[in-house]
Amino acid sequence: MSSRPELQAPPDIFYNDAEARKYTSSSRIIEIQAKLSERALELLALPDDDVPRLLLDIGCGSGLSGETLSENGHQWIGLDISQSMLNVALEREVEGDLLVGDMGQGLGLRPGVIDGAISISAVQWLCNADKSSHDPRLRLKAFFGSLYRCLARGARAVLQVYPENLAQRELILSFAMRAGFAGGVVVDFPHSTKSRKEYLVLTCGPPSINTSVPTGKGEDGESCSEDESSGDEENQTVSISDRHRPRKRQKITKKGKGREWILRKKEQRRRRGDDVHPDTKYTARKRKPRF
Amino acid sequence: MKLLTHNMLSSNIKGVANGFPLRIEVEKATEKQVELNAGFLRNVFPMIEWKALVDAAQLPEVADSSMLDSDFLNKFHHALLELHLEKDALVCPETARRFPVSQGTPNMLLLEDEV
Repeated sequence: MSSRPELQAPPDIFYNDAEARKYTSSSRIIEIQAKLSERALELLALPDDDVPRLLLDIGCGSGLSGETLSENGHQWIGLDISQSMLNVALEREVEGDLLVGDMGQGLGLRPGVIDGAISISAVQWLCNADKSSHDPRLRLKAFFGSLYRCLARGARAVLQVYPENLAQRELILSFAMRAGFAGGVVVDFPHSTKSRKEYLVLTCGPPSINTSVPTGKGEDGESCSEDESSGDEENQTVSISDRHRPRKRQKITKKGKGREWILRKKEQRRRRGDDVHPDTKYTARKRKPRF
Repeated sequence: MKLLTHNMLSSNIKGVANGFPLRIEVEKATEKQVELNAGFLRNVFPMIEWKALVDAAQLPEVADSSMLDSDFLNKFHHALLELHLEKDALVCPETARRFPVSQGTPNMLLLEDEV
């Protein structure tokens, strides 16, 4: 993928049948999604009483994240704008209920009914205006406002996002705060380009012990722990660092074919009877790039 | 789509004062087997709009949390989680705008002038 999906097409067009297929066939994608969902569920910090909850999966797509919720025994409602992706979810026979909808239009759920919400790699799509009638700010406002309303008191929303840059991250966070959420950003593996993942952990309702923001993974090599005792993390604790993206120009070190391989190939061709130059000390010598 | 979800959904159209509950137009409904979890049902009971559920399924008219014994719980569980709407539509009570339902998935996408 040469650029961000968000810059290539609107989500309901980008996630067409072909793209949706990848979410069933690529084991790598499946694994990543599963890990992200597990982590998001962990950050949701639901009470440890084995009682299933009613959760929301925003941008549920092919249902991979929803399956994690089901595996943990919860009931969930999934929302996605792409019918193709939801078709994949239907094929997988996910247990949650699916809705076709646009989160930027507001979630359309009754107040205070949801025990928790997760979103994997979806909310950053709101920052792009996919139609001329779209105003990202209004859409962010509608989304966060409706999300805040439908969450029960004390419930959390954990949104795993891929913001394009600092400005986008700030934008998303500011609209979340404006809607009334408290919370902050948890960054796992902040120093690794590949593994770095950001989670917006948002809490509804008055701050309490439960709203302290957990520490991200990878900062001291340890896994995160819920810091129950610190009361000062009730407000935003945002660790801002711009994500270093590998430039496209960066040369990937080629493994190269090596002398042995070339000699082997030449031998093969000789056996076949082709005309091959004799092997000399110049065979497989590294040439200048312009060669 | 379970009746649980229907109980949470409301019409999001601009200008609609009370978009809940959405009327159900049933063309096809199925039943699925779901494991009963009393803890979940007890937890979710206060959040359910009872009248909307009664209209959608067959349940006693009035209910409160003191009624959550095993017999009632079974009926509640069945109505909430086991009945599935496959087709045809959910209708906004105020504007009569139809949100089509296919394969159990309602399409809640609003048109540009409804946002």
